[in-house]
Parts: sequence; structure tokens; C-alpha cells
Amino acid sequence: MINPHIHIEGLTKSYGNEKALKALSVDIAKGELFGFIGPDGAGKTTLFRLLATLLLPDSGSAEVLGYDTVSGYKEIRKQIGYMPGKFSLYQDLSVEENLNFFAGIHGTTLQENYHLVQDIYQHIEPFKNRRAGKLSGGMKQKLALSCALIHQPKVLLLDEPTTGVDAVSRQEFWEMLKNLKEKGITVVVSTPYMDEAALCDRVALMQKGSVLKINTPQQITAEFGHALFSIRSDTMFKLLGDLLQLENTHAAFRFGDTIHFTSHNKEETSQSIANNLIAQGHHNVVVEPVLPTIEDCFILLMKMENNA
Amino acid sequence: MRTILFILQKEFRQIFRDRTMLPIILVVPMVQLLILSYTATFELKNTRLAIIDQDHSVSSRSLNRKFEGSPFFSMVDGLITYDEGMEMLKRSKADQILVIESDLDYHIGRSEKAGLLLVTNAINGSAASLMNAYALAIINDFGKEVQKEMYPNLPKVMPIHIEVRHWYNPQLDYKTYMVPGILVLLVTLIGMFLSGMNIVKEKEFGTIEQINVTPIKKYQFMIGKLLPFWFIAMFELLFGLGFAALVFNIHIVGSLPLLLGVASVYLLVVLGFGLLVSTITETMQQAMFVSWFFLVIFILMSGLFTPAESMPDWAQWLNRINPIAYFIQINRMIMLKGSSFSDFADQFYALVVYAFVIFSLAVWRYRKVA
Repeated sequence: MINPHIHIEGLTKSYGNEKALKALSVDIAKGELFGFIGPDGAGKTTLFRLLATLLLPDSGSAEVLGYDTVSGYKEIRKQIGYMPGKFSLYQDLSVEENLNFFAGIHGTTLQENYHLVQDIYQHIEPFKNRRAGKLSGGMKQKLALSCALIHQPKVLLLDEPTTGVDAVSRQEFWEMLKNLKEKGITVVVSTPYMDEAALCDRVALMQKGSVLKINTPQQITAEFGHALFSIRSDTMFKLLGDLLQLENTHAAFRFGDTIHFTSHNKEETSQSIANNLIAQGHHNVVVEPVLPTIEDCFILLMKMENNA
Repeated sequence: MRTILFILQKEFRQIFRDRTMLPIILVVPMVQLLILSYTATFELKNTRLAIIDQDHSVSSRSLNRKFEGSPFFSMVDGLITYDEGMEMLKRSKADQILVIESDLDYHIGRSEKAGLLLVTNAINGSAASLMNAYALAIINDFGKEVQKEMYPNLPKVMPIHIEVRHWYNPQLDYKTYMVPGILVLLVTLIGMFLSGMNIVKEKEFGTIEQINVTPIKKYQFMIGKLLPFWFIAMFELLFGLGFAALVFNIHIVGSLPLLLGVASVYLLVVLGFGLLVSTITETMQQAMFVSWFFLVIFILMSGLFTPAESMPDWAQWLNRINPIAYFIQINRMIMLKGSSFSDFADQFYALVVYAFVIFSLAVWRYRKVA
């Protein structure tokens, strides 16, 4: 990648014996909407704090906008907007006071940069005199995003911005991120929600401090490499055990209220699987071919990683 | 500079928006001055004395009347035996018992040596010695009168005449001694507790994360954090001085600007201390415990209640690192004696060194942690 906005190479960080990040390497281009997807404990927050110059790496390095996070932290701090996973604005100050304060310490004003935050801020402007602590989860995130944007950053680091936010607000929030991206801001997001991966330009699937895969969400699902079947029957618990015992089973795992199944046998069809299961005494068997999602890919990659 | 102003504006907003804050600033000084200066006293009034008069004679009744007439004693009446008296002492119904045996008048009449038994509850040693001193003074007085009656021709003038004068606090009023010390306490509490707590609060709520990724410089953050409490503590001192003048009629004898000057240096020490505590703790609870640990030791050793001069040598040596002790000393000197700068220059320079050391330490620690 030529002139990436963020360049991470072999980044490693441990807390005592706990390895939070294991030699992570990622490049993120200018104007990209990039997602780090992974469950709790994958190392997402550690990575974001390293990028935000709040932590020092054990080894490896990270560059943001061409500045090293250790030696160039002063420059980075001027040009990034960071939103920690935990709401960290002043709960006892009002919406407007928070925004004015963060504008002020960056040497600008709300009036001057109103156009930057307008799209987002207008959602919460009717409540501008309300204390930040009294806002709902979604409104808090919009305020935090406004505060992170007020100084016209080139890179936005958003650590789990949609955790604990209702479905409608989440959707709104992602719309806002897309708009920001269109304005040329590099947006880096972390999230534990697999369904949000599809909204990113590219994602890195993370697990236990390592990256399993980096690609566009479309490419990741395209590389799934197996026919995927969604299966249901009357006896779900027995079904999972039986599927794992089948001769050609590649993987079988719970997915919502169904079981997702892949086979080594390329000739496998819904009918052949159903017949097999009925022969084993299952009733009301439903087998449907489905398209793999990011979550399927993640689970499969995780299984391969664990077996390796 | 503009950045500092923004931080100051935010801090003052938050401080005055905190509903517990205004009462703390205004009520605490009044309550402390009113309650502590009246209660933390070694003056003795109303010692409960049980006189067990087994003599019922002219002499014993005259001694009885002397005690009744004294403002220091209140009588516990109706006791007849020594055992009854001891029971009262045990049950804390009496502080002192005086036993007059049945032969007092008989011995006095025959110009013989007579005896009395004085029993004092000495759980509180210093109170006991005071009670003893008062009681002995009355008994001595009684003895002299008896002597005069028996030997009217004895010379009336004692060979050495002592006249006692109490300087700086002529009424020996304990409040005069306490008020300057309590003012120091006030300023210390504001400076050490509130400032440290304020910074740790940002850590605990995670707001410091957001601050740390901004281009705010450390010195800007620290000035923005400490200056409000410097102002509040100075206001507190003036408020307390005014209150002391109005309510206790204790007026500052020395120079007010001098006192404020020393206070502003002293505040650097306490604010630095608060800052240091905030760098080694993560939650307000921890900060509270650490500050309290030091504060209790500093206060009890400061000479606020008991004179520092009567502490053991090692304690006096330890007091050299006790900023509260220095400022209480200086404050009493300025407020009560009207001392000038040269009288306490040594203590003042000690504070200056202290401020410098503790602030450097705090700033150094702060850089490493944040």
C-alpha cells in the first residue's frame, strides 16, 4: 500500500504474562472505513490505545499519518480523534459545554467548525443544555463522536462505538461513519458485532491478539470455500452431535437457532444431508443451502486456528 | 494560555455544579471553628467532686464551703462512706473524691497535723493533674487560714512575691490557641483532599483518556487542576479569619498580607501533596485512604492539640517533614503575637524547600504515569 494513513508492523503488547497483541501488522489507507472485528479479549482496545498514543508497545511499531506513535505522539494527538470504548466525556457538563471545551483545548470553536459536526450534532442539538450523563446511550455516542471530530482530525479511532447502543441508533451511527469517510477522513472502528463487518470497506478479523484475516467483507465471504447448509430438526441437541459424527463433516456449529454445516464432500446436497439425518431418526428435518456470513467465516477461521 | 483558561472554566463549572461542594466550602469552616474550638479544650470546668465528710465539724464544713464556692467544682452530694465514693468514681458519676476523716477538727483544735484523702480518676493523665492542682490550691488555702487563726502573729507577707502575667492570651482562653490551628487545618483539607480527589476522579471516570489524547500539555493540565483549589483555599482562609474575628473576637495581630503570602506557599506544598497522591492511586477511594493516612499523622503531630515541644525527640525530628506543623507555628505567631517575617524565616524557608521537592516529585511521577 502506498502512503497508508496507518501502518502497523509487528505490534506486540503484553500485560504481565498475558499477551494482548501478538505481532500485529496492518496497513490502512487514507479515507478507508476499516473495522477490527473480534470478540471481547481479542486485543482491540489495546490496539486502539496504542494507536492513540496512550500505551507504549513492547515491540514492533505503529505509524499514524506517518508519525511514530512513540516518538511522534505530539503530532498524532493533534491530528486524530479518539473515542474510547467507555464513555469518557464530562457527565456533569452539558452537551454544549463538553463540545465547547474540547473545541477550546484544540484551539478552535464550535462556531468555526460547526460544519464538520453538523450532520451528527444536529441529532443532539435539541438537548444541548442537558448534562451529558443524562443522555441515552445512542446520544452519548453521537456527542462523543462530535467531540472527537470538532478539531477536524484526519484519522478517527473509534473503539467499540456501537456497544450498548440500540439497533436504530447503531444504524444511524454507521450512516454517519460512511458520510465521514466520504469526506476523506480515515475511520477505524472496532466492534464485536459480526453483522457490522459488512458495513466496512475492509475488516481485520481478530482473535486472541492476532489477526486471522484481512480483506474486504465480500472477499472474505467469497473465500469461504465450502457449501454452507443451515439445518434444523426437532431434536437440536442430538442433531449437532449427529452432524459432527457424519463421515464427511468438515464443520458443524450453532448459528442462532439453527446449525450451520459444511462438508468435505463437494457433491453434498440438501437432500443427501436430509436423507442421512432422517435415517438417523430425526423428524421435521429442514436443510437449506445458505450464503456464508462474516460470522461463519470467523467461526471457521477460529476453528482452524485452534486446531493448528 | 487560552488552553489553561478553558480548563479553568471547566473546572470551576464542575466544582460549583457539584451540589455538595458549596456547603463544603461554606459550612465546613464554620462548623469546624465553632465545634472544635469550643470542645478541643484542656480547660477544666465542673469537676464532679464527692466530699465524704465523716467529721461534721466547723473545720470540715468550712472546707466544704470553699469547694462549693469554686467555679471548677460541682458537688456530688449525699455520700457517707469511702466505699460509696469509690463506687461513684467507678461508675464515672464523680471525677474526684475527698475524704475528711472524723478527727479533722480534733487535730486542728489541738494544733496537730491533720490528714485528708484525695482520690482522682486519672484515666486522662493531664486532666487528672489539673484537677489535682485545683483541689490542692483550695486545700492549701484552707490550711493557711487555719494557720492564721492559730498563729495570728505570723508575718503576713511571704518572703518571695510572685506575680504572674500571661502574654498573648491574657485570659488563658483555649479558643485563642485553637482557632489559628483550625484555620490551617481547613486550608490543608481543601488543598490536599479536594485537589487530589479531583484528578483521581478523572482517572476513575475515564475522562483522563480523552484529555490525554488532546494536545494539552502537562503543565497546562496541572495548573488548570490546581489553581481553582488554590483560590478556594485562600478564600477559605479569609473566610475563616473573618469568622474568627466576628464570632470569637480573635483579630489577627500581625500583618494579613504576610499571612496570605505564607499561606500561598504552604498551599503549594499541600496541592503538590494532593497531586502526588493522585499519581499513585487509581480510584477516589484509594486516594482518600492514602491522603487520610498522612493527614491524620500530620495533624496529630502538628501541635494543633498538644504542644509539639513536649513530644519525644524522634517525634520532633519527624515533625521536620510535617508541613502542617510549620504552618500552624507560623500562623499562631502572626495571628497571636504579631511576629514579623524574620521571626519565622527558618520555618518559611523549610516550606519553600518542601514545596519545591514535593512538586518536583509529583510532576515527575505524573509524567511517568500518564
